[in-house]
This record gives sequence, structure tokens and C-alpha cells, in this order.
Amino acid sequence: MRNLFKIAIRNLIRYKRRTLLTASLITIGVVFVLVFVSVTGSFKAMMIGQITDSMLGHLQIHRKGYVASIDNLPLNLNMKPQAYAKVAAALSATPAVESFSPRIKFGGMFSNFAETTSIRLNGINPDQEFRTVPLLTSRISEGKKTISRGEILVPTLLAKGLKVKLGDAVVIVATNADGSVNGKQFIVSGILESATGPGGRDGYIHIEDAAEVLRMPDAEVSEVAVRLKDFSHLPAVVKQLESKVADEVSKEGRPMFEVHSWEQLSPFYHIARMIDLMTFFIKIMLIAIVLISIMNVMIMAVYERIREIGTIAAIGTLPGKIRSMFIIEGLCLGVVGAIIGDLIGIAVVMIINLIGIHFDFAQQKGMLLTAALQPADLLTVSVIVIIVAVAASLQPAFKASKMEPIEALRHV
Amino acid sequence: MALIKAQNITKDYQTEEVVVHALQDVDFEIEPASFVSFVGPSGSGKTTILNLIGCLDKPSAGNLRIADTDVIGLDRKNSAAFRGKHLGFIFQDFNLIPVLTVYENIEYPLIMVQNVAPQERKERITRLLAAVDMTDQAHKYPHQISGGQKQRVAIARALVTNPALVLADEPTANLDSQTAHAVIALMKKMRDDFGTTFIFSTHDTKIVSEAEVIFRLEDGRLTGKETKGGTKP
Repeated sequence: MRNLFKIAIRNLIRYKRRTLLTASLITIGVVFVLVFVSVTGSFKAMMIGQITDSMLGHLQIHRKGYVASIDNLPLNLNMKPQAYAKVAAALSATPAVESFSPRIKFGGMFSNFAETTSIRLNGINPDQEFRTVPLLTSRISEGKKTISRGEILVPTLLAKGLKVKLGDAVVIVATNADGSVNGKQFIVSGILESATGPGGRDGYIHIEDAAEVLRMPDAEVSEVAVRLKDFSHLPAVVKQLESKVADEVSKEGRPMFEVHSWEQLSPFYHIARMIDLMTFFIKIMLIAIVLISIMNVMIMAVYERIREIGTIAAIGTLPGKIRSMFIIEGLCLGVVGAIIGDLIGIAVVMIINLIGIHFDFAQQKGMLLTAALQPADLLTVSVIVIIVAVAASLQPAFKASKMEPIEALRHV
Repeated sequence: MALIKAQNITKDYQTEEVVVHALQDVDFEIEPASFVSFVGPSGSGKTTILNLIGCLDKPSAGNLRIADTDVIGLDRKNSAAFRGKHLGFIFQDFNLIPVLTVYENIEYPLIMVQNVAPQERKERITRLLAAVDMTDQAHKYPHQISGGQKQRVAIARALVTNPALVLADEPTANLDSQTAHAVIALMKKMRDDFGTTFIFSTHDTKIVSEAEVIFRLEDGRLTGKETKGGTKP
């Protein structure tokens, strides 16, 4: 085997320019894929992080049917206190859960005493909410980074539209579950940027204030946002929680709760999927580059060495060894291209991080892109290149091994 | 017992329009350790007969036994194995592997064809390098040595596996007269030293005279056999 490698490597060195060109092509392909994967992967991770850590949480639990009507914020589909207690117990007993936050969500009217507009309100327990969606505080552009009873965080759109400032008194009026209307005065304690861009109308008040406005003797929770210790365990934890809450059934025997991961709740999941799809197609392009370049160079190698193939076949080299000789040449090209590509790819990613690329996502301005190459990405791309390099060598290698020595020796 | 026994060997080539009779009813026997030449004009069938003996081609009809083996019945893989074990080849254009040094070219069949142990490999190569007077050139590449030196390397490569038979198709065609005689003399010395049968084809009358057994071919037929002083054991 060592001798097969020796001959293969020397044959590659023999045609220096061609080998260099082919290896360069593979290297450029590998670098391009690695930089693309690292930048888009980092962008995706930051985007998902913004959405989950400043608004949604990693997953949410609702009463069955709530998500289907989520645009109406239906109060009649809130969890009764006993039901929430069961959910809270299940979450507390799940080691993978870092924190969770109950929310009362409802629609209401927001008035500055001169003008009135609609608003979506989230009644939250500040301690639990800020643990579960830690980037929420970064969305508070003005005012305190927390919320107390009697205070409201007003979305920037409403604040600008109704010319509301910090410390102003405003009134929230909402229809209760029984159809009656109630109102309560709040002090504006903060202005809140939207997580998803212009148009956000979500304000925040204390959960006890929400219960009071809605005349709930005990808080009836609309949703429970959950943060996991390890985001990569999300699919497993969703399954685990689904099985835990599946035992809770209504009097009619129907499941009481539903568990949704952030993917099912945010349209940004589709953007993440598109990034994955683009990465997939970029990898396909890399495969095509490697396949075509190596197949081309190996076909040339076989054609140029027909007499040599005839000679080694004539002196008794078995077809399998002739085949191996050419496959190893392709393998070496793939390995060299992958290794150099990996090294340059790592260097380019480091340079990108040194330069510092900033971008805006929704209302978040000047976010710093931190491109990162995972060892798994390097390994995947390298393995793809090497496998494709070997696959591309197969046809020329088989052609070489099937040559009749007498015909090969006659070749001019 | 004869090393090679050929009976009624016929070889036809089908071209687009006509059938070419390259060999017709050729019978011959070659004894071990003999120094044989097939001679004749171009197109007489010299190369065809060497290709058949070298198991690189199969006759259209007839029987051919080499080293007590019916080589016609061998499939592609077994033919290769047979060549690797029993035959050595010397080519007109030397056909050394350009990416290997002189030493490595001679070593090639011992590694890639036969699986000879490193120590024995070294001994055999050293002995053959000395025998063909190429010890000083061992680490040079083929493009760094002359045609005569290349052919000496090719002889060493052909002999390194201790074959029963070495085939050389026009081994002196690309060499000047002095080098050609030196190469033939070397082949004869190798025959004397190692007891290997050498069969070569040539149309050079001066070279032919070096052979001890001469088979004359004309239009694919064996027209004569001359023996000079008998074959050496």
C-alpha cells in the first residue's frame, strides 16, 4: 500500500501544473463552502437567538387549541390555575429546563387620554420572564430594565404614534372572559423595541396587573415560555414534555395541553430552513466541482499513461492494483484539497472575525457577526470532498484496470 | 522437457474488411536456458509470436504450453499472475516507469507483482544492479540515464523475479550498434549466470548472429530453424 501511495504521489508531482490547478480548484471550493457555512450558520444562530431569547423562548406550552386561535388571544383557552400548576410541576421536574415563564396574553385598548389605539399585552412575572427570555431587557430602549406592578413597557410604535414618554400615565382597557370591560391606569416605565421589526404592538405589564385588568381571581395563564439549558436538545425535550403533559386530559378525554417548539411558532423558521437549503446547494456545487475536476484530471492521467499501464500490466500487475493506483491518486488530490481548503477556510473565518462584520436584524442595529467553524463542519466538508474525489476516480481507474496490455503497449 | 511447446499455432486478426493471417500452423519447441531469436521482415509475425508466448494475446487455434501450463486456458487475471511468476519482459522503448528511480524500477515487480521480503528484495536488486553495471546509477530517474543504460535497467527488471523466460521484442531497435551488441552480450551473460531462457525478436542481421537458436518467419509461417553450437544448460 505504501508503494501505491508513493507511485500515486509521484505521478501527481510529475504533472505539477495540472495537479496544482486541480487541487486549487478543490481548495477554493472547500474555502467557499466553509466560509459560507460559518457565516450563514452564525447568522442563523444569531437570528434564532434573537427570536427565542428576546420573545418566544425555546418552546411554549399552551392549552390545547390555543395556538390555532393565537391571533385572537382567546381568554377562554387560558389555563386554569390547577392546569398551570400541573404544567409548572412537569417543567420543574424536567432537568433539561433552565427556566419557564407564565404569560397572560390579551388584546386591549391603549389610551393616553387624548387618543386610543389597540395593543397586545403580555402579563409577565418579571423575574421568570427575564430568566426565560434574557434578551428582552436589551429590547428596552428607554427606561428601567425591569417592570413592577402598575408599570407598562410600551412598544416603540405606539409610543411614537401616541407621543407617549417615560413616566406618562396611560390607560389599558380590556374585555374580560365574561364579556365585561375593565380598565386600569399604568405608568410608562420603558419603551420597547420590537423583536421582529416595525409593526410590533406587544406591550408588557406585570402578570398580577393583567389578572386584575381581566378580573381573574387567580391568574389564568395563556402560555408558558420555556428556556432549555442546551438549545441543541430542543427536539428531545419537546418530545419528553409532550409525553409528560399527554397524561393530562380534559373531562371529555381530550389532551389538555400542546407543546410547540419555536420553529412551529415563528415564521423565521422558514428563513432558517432556506439558509439550510442554500447551504445544501452550496455543498452540491462543491461536490460538482470536485467530481468534474478530479474526473477530468484522472481521465487525462489514464489517457497519458496508457503505455505505462500496458507495461505494468504486461509484467504481471493485477488489475486490482492498477485500479488502486489511480483511485489513490484521486484520493490524494481530494485529501490535499480538503486539508489546504480547511486551513485557508479557518484563516478566512478568523480574518472575518478580526475585521468584524456588523449587520442589522429587525430592530437590533449593528449586531456583530461572529463566524464560527465547528469541527463537525470541517469534518463533513472534508469527508464529502474525499469521498467524491475517490468516486470521481473510479471510472478512470476501472478503465485503466480493464485495458488489454497488448493494446495499451501499442498505444502511441 | 521443453520450456515452451507450440503446436499448430494460428493467429488471425479481423480487420474491417479482411482477415489477416498473422501466424499459420506454427510449431516449435524451446528448451530451458536457451538463447533464441525470432527473425524475419516486418509483418512476418515476430511480435505476434512473442505476444502469444508472453500471454499478452491468445492464438486463434493451436496449443501452447509454457512451463507445463496450458496458457491458452488462462483467464485475464490468471494470465497476469502467470506473467508475474514465470515471465520477464524487455521492451523496444525500455518502458521504465518514469516516476521511479532505477532501483525502484527494478524493485517494482518484487513489490507490486510478487510479494518478496525486503531483505531478499535488497539482495536481488543489489546483485542485478552489479550484474548490469548500474550500481552507480541506482538513484537516478529514467530521464537521467542513456538509452543503453535504460535497456540494462529493463533487463535487470525482467530478471529480478527469477523468471523462467524473458521476452524481448526488438530490444536493440532504439540503440546504436555498439550499445546493441553490449545489450545482447549482457542478455547472454544473464542467461549464463541465471539459467534464464531469453527469446528476442530482431531484424538486425548482426544481432541475429548472437542467437544460439534462430527461428525464421515469413508471412506468418515458420520457414526455418538454425541451431548454433547447441543450447547451454
